[in-house]
Amino acid sequence: MSMLTILQYPDERLKQVAAEVSVFDDALRTFIHQLETTMRAGPGGVGIAAPQVGRIERIAIVDVSAKKKIKQHGRLVLINPEITAWQGSVVGREGCMSVPDYTGNVVRAETITLTAQDEFGQPQQFEMEGFEARAVQHELDHLDGMLFLDRLVSRRSDLFKRKVYQ
Amino acid sequence: MDKWYMVVVVGADRPGIVAKVTAALFDGGCNLGEASMARLGGNFTMMLMVQSEGREQSVKAMLAPVVESLDLHLHIDSINGELHHHVEPDVRITLFGEDRSGIVAHATAALAEVGLHILSLESDVAGSEDKPIYILHIEGAAREGIPALESALEIIASEGIETRLMPIETVIG
Repeated sequence: MSMLTILQYPDERLKQVAAEVSVFDDALRTFIHQLETTMRAGPGGVGIAAPQVGRIERIAIVDVSAKKKIKQHGRLVLINPEITAWQGSVVGREGCMSVPDYTGNVVRAETITLTAQDEFGQPQQFEMEGFEARAVQHELDHLDGMLFLDRLVSRRSDLFKRKVYQ
Repeated sequence: MDKWYMVVVVGADRPGIVAKVTAALFDGGCNLGEASMARLGGNFTMMLMVQSEGREQSVKAMLAPVVESLDLHLHIDSINGELHHHVEPDVRITLFGEDRSGIVAHATAALAEVGLHILSLESDVAGSEDKPIYILHIEGAAREGIPALESALEIIASEGIETRLMPIETVIG
């Protein structure tokens, strides 16, 4: 299965808002397979979105199962995904296959409720937290033409504090 | 444009230092690489990678007017400009406590012993003049794993310094 070429910032296609998917056919599933192969070829890649390979449609794949000891749902094909609820906020480090050789801190919701269709158009719903929720939010940003660069916060301050002092 | 220099500029802080120093370098035909700048105790400090066709002396000469007008100290070294090979940190450590001499030396020695490769370190003296506190942020690569670092932090904590460790788990997407 051939690998797809990953677009790199500042490619303008990474800034476009992706279109909804309405046809769930074999061609779509072949593309998803290629997209997944491309994601797994990237070192440490836990997610990929279709716009990263120049297909400006609302398709993403996330799989954080290589991380041990975290709550996660395994391999996820997310088509027309939508976050319907957010809770908490936490800073964590992100990098991107479309932005090589840089990582930065980004604020994300700690837990999310996600709805999406699978590769056959079936509706799915997930409750997610932590690393997996972060990966999903990173990928969904790609569908709206956003990169983690758009959301960078300082590396300096104590960004990892979770307690709230009152 | 193949020569890289590390240019270090230090001087009493005032507005406009960065703009004037970098304008002089740009006007002299230089290109900047990675840089780190901070205000440390009333001094403004700049460390910047500068790419120039000229020799060290020519970089020095192009900075001479601004160095003189802003009363800055300048130091230039020839370096390897190794870009696009960042080492990513996998751990962040914060240390803080009552200020005293030796905190950095003791803590970093203990952490180096158990495999910490420090990639960035920033520290501040905070609190009041009569009760200063020291706050240290380190990001690094735990070459012998995070449990090894935790054991070193226990030793540091036993010496009265508070320690916090957070793994950095980078989402690559």
